[in-house]
Amino acid sequence: MQYFRLTAYALVAIFAAVAADWGRDLAYSVHAVLIMLIAGGLFLWELRSVDDPPPLADQGSYMDGPIRAGVIATAFWGLAGFLVGTFIAFQLAFPVLNFDWSEGYANFGRLRPLHTSAVIFAFGGNALIATSFYVVQRTSAARLWGGNTAWFVFWGYQLFIVLAATGYLLGSTQSKEYAEPEWYVDIWLTIVWVAYLAVFLGTIIKRRERHIYVANWFFLAFIVTVAMLHVVNNLSIPVSIWGSKSVQVFAGVQDAMVQWWYGHNAVGFFLTAGFLGMMYYFVPKQAGRPIYSYKLSIIHFWALIFLYIWAGPHHLHYTALPDWASTLGMVFSIILWMPSWGGMINGLMTLEGAWDKIRTDPIIRMFVASLAFYGMSTFEGPMMSIRAVNSLSHYTDWTIGHVHSGALGWNGLITFACIYFLTPKLWGRKQMHSMAAINLHFWLATIGIVFYAASMWVTGIMEGLMWREVDANGFLVNSFADTVAAKFPMYLVRGLGGVLYLTGALVMVWNMWMTIRQPQATPVTTTVPAE
Amino acid sequence: MSNKRIDPVTGTETTGHQWDGIEELNNPLPRWWLWTFYATILFGVIYVILFPAWPMVTSATGGLLGWSTRGDVAAEIQAVDDAQAPMRNRLVETDLAALGDHPEVQDFARDAGAAVFRTNCSQCHGAGAAGGIGYPNLLDDAWLWGGDIDTIATTIRHGIRNEDDPDARWSQMPAFGEILSEEEIATLTAHVMSLPDGTDPLAGPGGELFDMNCTSCHGMDGKGDQSLGAPNLTDAIWLYGGSEDQIAHSISRGPFGVMPAWGKFLSEAELKAVAAYVHGLGGGTEEDPATN
Repeated sequence: MQYFRLTAYALVAIFAAVAADWGRDLAYSVHAVLIMLIAGGLFLWELRSVDDPPPLADQGSYMDGPIRAGVIATAFWGLAGFLVGTFIAFQLAFPVLNFDWSEGYANFGRLRPLHTSAVIFAFGGNALIATSFYVVQRTSAARLWGGNTAWFVFWGYQLFIVLAATGYLLGSTQSKEYAEPEWYVDIWLTIVWVAYLAVFLGTIIKRRERHIYVANWFFLAFIVTVAMLHVVNNLSIPVSIWGSKSVQVFAGVQDAMVQWWYGHNAVGFFLTAGFLGMMYYFVPKQAGRPIYSYKLSIIHFWALIFLYIWAGPHHLHYTALPDWASTLGMVFSIILWMPSWGGMINGLMTLEGAWDKIRTDPIIRMFVASLAFYGMSTFEGPMMSIRAVNSLSHYTDWTIGHVHSGALGWNGLITFACIYFLTPKLWGRKQMHSMAAINLHFWLATIGIVFYAASMWVTGIMEGLMWREVDANGFLVNSFADTVAAKFPMYLVRGLGGVLYLTGALVMVWNMWMTIRQPQATPVTTTVPAE
Repeated sequence: MSNKRIDPVTGTETTGHQWDGIEELNNPLPRWWLWTFYATILFGVIYVILFPAWPMVTSATGGLLGWSTRGDVAAEIQAVDDAQAPMRNRLVETDLAALGDHPEVQDFARDAGAAVFRTNCSQCHGAGAAGGIGYPNLLDDAWLWGGDIDTIATTIRHGIRNEDDPDARWSQMPAFGEILSEEEIATLTAHVMSLPDGTDPLAGPGGELFDMNCTSCHGMDGKGDQSLGAPNLTDAIWLYGGSEDQIAHSISRGPFGVMPAWGKFLSEAELKAVAAYVHGLGGGTEEDPATN
């Protein structure tokens, strides 16, 4: 087996060296060099341990190594994503920040996908992988299936992130929003994702609890659906295996429809279902209370996953998309309102009997605020999907505000709260180094979100109204440039919101650092409980 | 299901399952939640009956209301079109020079022209028509090709130095970098820069160069020639920038500003309207200024 691996690493390194030489574009060649170095490094590492006896894994304990790494990666990519986001917010306010010397690498067009991918896939994705590994082991009373496959999932996913991010800066993109990485990066992510599914499903199959806990339904729905969305939306034919460019299989309005079927369900299954999985474990754990309603969790789970998959066409109202598809997208989005809120109700009502903790426990306060933002944006979404509302809101900053109240409020805050829950447990500390710092982080983040979302609502609605404003004779009153100029003050407020949010994340990283540096208080390795 | 117990805090029964210490209460679905869910479903059913919704073999159900997005947009455009038709027809029939005698047509034309301008002209001339380097300011009194309303309309209709319209306004300043030495260009630059201060255009060594190279278009007095689109060099308005570097650059390279022939893109009413709008901004001549 070791010799097989050695051969494989060597072959990959040689192939990558050839690819680096023959590469037709810069991004492809840089990626080939990167892969050559990684494969070469793995080859040397494997070679040095060729005669070592295989390490004996402790099968009696939970596998928390990849989760510890995942928590650190979540914080790291979170900082990177927030930093780039804040910078591009100021690029929009002050175009001079698109520096001449970085033109073609760090102008808005290159950095924008870097920001979105960093926060959704790097920050959110690492949070999902780490928490799902943590939750599935605890609620199945079983060690992760597949031995070191979990480590492969972690490192493979980081490689995907690095390939995607460097690709954007070097100009490799297939120009599909949230699916920008080119064909070979997509193939790599598919391999990693199948391994992720195998580890997760394998652990569920060998569980020692009779029933599968609700958090795991959501995680599984997220993993399976994202696999399907990713594969279908990225169907493309490479122009050459020595270059990054590929041609989409779908064209025209079909391509647009597939893209937004994917795009909306990236929100639905990545940022909603997956994060509801987090909510269903960590909220009752932190509150020390039972889940409010088992019935509600079943009904809203099935309703949510059935309805979400239809909602994509609401991104394409008043386009070349046929009216019937647009109608269905809108109608299913509206019916989705209550199933989405089911998760919020189940989360908030779980605090019944523990409401005082909102006052005393800043981590609970973060969970509650994240559920509140979740409820707000899952009401706003169906509302914006209504054609009449969409004709005002579409293409304006309102959409940006909507996305960020969900992303910063729901996904961000719940991830921070989970990190505060996990860090002491994973490193065997009694609690986070500073509870006051968590409180500070909560307020920085919350005020940051309010600045962000409120400014984008104001400027989005203003922009929409200015675009359609006509004079007494029925003629348009504003030029496009007028609307851009009018948005400037709100762009400053938005940038300030970003600075606050980023500052909060810095406080969190400092707090994590201080916690991990503390002397160990409790044993780290948690043994799988005997039934 | 053997571990069901009553949760002491809420008095509700649990489902009896437990995962890592997490239990579930057996609460029913909240009534308001369920009824709102039903209401949205009912709304959905009614909506898909009224509007285009279900794909069939070759087409989709059209909905009882017979509504479509394209029909909706077409109806809105038609309504505005109909409302504007009488005034639009009067505008087409009115001679531009006589527009001032028909104030209501002139008002309509300027509103319409403003919209045309914001859509088509603001990209170069700015949303406020103040222009920029290489793109003339339309608010001031300086006109390259003439500022009375008919002249403006001709400029807009045929454009400037484009290949699409044989009647486009045309003139070309030579690239003096290929004709004069660097030293001569420096001398000429200093001279041209001093013209707005009242320097005699023909005085001194700079004046000599000016006389030999520039006067055929910009005139002995340096005040330009609108029939050639040659700018007035004495008014301190510099289309390509007024710094020493910028003026030297203009002399050595010879600017070649292009404007599309808008007659190919705009209707007659739109063309007249935008001419009226631009004329109202800063058009007219000293003898016959435009009224705002």
